[in-house]
Amino acid sequence: MSKPNPADRKYSKEHEWALDNGDGTVRMGITDHAQELLTDIVFVELPAIGKKVRQMEPVAVVESVKSVSDVFAPVSGEIIEINKELEEHPELVNQDAFGKGWIAKLKMDAPAELNNLMDAASYTEMIKEEKH
Amino acid sequence: MKKTPLYDRHVALGAKIIDFGGWAMPVQYSNVIEEHHATRTKAGLFDICHMGEIEVKGPQAFDLLQWVLSRNIEGQAIGQIKLSVMTNENGGIIDDVTVYRLGEGHYLVVTNAGTKDKDLSWIETQRKVRGLSGVEVIDNSDRTGKIDLQGPLSQEILQNLTSDNLASLTFYHANDTKVMKIPALVSRSGYTGEDGFEIYTESRRIGEIWDKLLEIGMDLGLKPVGLGARDTLRLEAGMMLYGNDMDEAITPLEVVYEWVTNLEKDFVGSSALKRLKEKGLVRKLAGFEMEDRGIARHGYKVFKDATEVGVVTSGTYTPTLQKAVGLAFVPVPYSRPGTDIFIQIRDHHARARIVELPFYRRQK
Repeated sequence: MSKPNPADRKYSKEHEWALDNGDGTVRMGITDHAQELLTDIVFVELPAIGKKVRQMEPVAVVESVKSVSDVFAPVSGEIIEINKELEEHPELVNQDAFGKGWIAKLKMDAPAELNNLMDAASYTEMIKEEKH
Repeated sequence: MKKTPLYDRHVALGAKIIDFGGWAMPVQYSNVIEEHHATRTKAGLFDICHMGEIEVKGPQAFDLLQWVLSRNIEGQAIGQIKLSVMTNENGGIIDDVTVYRLGEGHYLVVTNAGTKDKDLSWIETQRKVRGLSGVEVIDNSDRTGKIDLQGPLSQEILQNLTSDNLASLTFYHANDTKVMKIPALVSRSGYTGEDGFEIYTESRRIGEIWDKLLEIGMDLGLKPVGLGARDTLRLEAGMMLYGNDMDEAITPLEVVYEWVTNLEKDFVGSSALKRLKEKGLVRKLAGFEMEDRGIARHGYKVFKDATEVGVVTSGTYTPTLQKAVGLAFVPVPYSRPGTDIFIQIRDHHARARIVELPFYRRQK
């Protein structure tokens, strides 16, 4: 069973989360449900700092033993920080997807884009639907 | 999708099921890394019912197989297994198979799952081409169930279910025996680089053996293992996968199968292979290890300096060695261990180095 989806953040259809820091930046990562589908994550390709991305464009890559998956930017913006820890410890994404397994911090181009994302309740509902 | 006799058990065990060449197979039960480690350190149980079993029987069985196989099977003892390939007239690999000599004029050819029908009609065609009427080619795949028990504790676990002394069964040999009083063929062989057994019995009885092995092995650390870990295990052991690392456009001389190809005897494809050998090979399949971060995957391009020179056929992160390795076709001069190559991973070139195979060898 995956962990509950925290109510303090927004969610994309592609299973990313975005936590609004309240200063025009967001922290992002993949959801616990996503890491559960991927299982043993063995590699995370992080974006370069300064890279600019549009909402729902690929921003990082997570690889399990058997699969390669894109991670999409939940909002448009510029990468201002990355979780370097994942280079040595990609398994942090499995262990703590909503916390220590965060992927990047973005400076948002348009904070209103957060409204295109789901809240925790809708996202929880969506993954429940997927299971059927 | 076709289902093996063990399908319902996989579902009950919570396995993730994938389509593997038309078969609904478990790719993992818990996770690939755990299943991989269980096989290397304790034991793993694999459903291999999807693979093909072709019986070749009759006074001319030897003549037919000596013609379709690249390996010289002269002198193969009863109970002995030989790994071989079958090639077409151009020397391209039709399949890689294990050949069991079951008795006088009696062989079992074990094929890959996706190639079984093709292999069967190929052998039958060659039988006619050679005018061999004293041999029958029988497809036993549906009525045969097969499971592999692999890992250092395999013998200890399986010994509980048979009165034959397994310690006296040597590598790449098989015994007609009984497992839980069910007639079975048991060989000491496998596809993981570990000690272990392949167990064949009637497909309607295979579930009983599967259940019992899991039951008695569980306390010792035995786990059911899916195709995900089967792939990482075989790749660490430097073994190839048909359809992935080789196909009909590739000859055994270019891959790791030169040693099973005997050009002293005549077989389908032998003249083409002799000509290729005289002309000299252009490319060779070689093992590599990633030096830069990143995992190379099937189909990624290989570069030497800025020039594209080859392609990755298999690549993964290996749980035992905890690094990224793979197999790639490269020009012969670059296939020497120690050669630096680059592999294109998405938008960048990552450094890798050619290394000796296998990547992993078990301590004996």
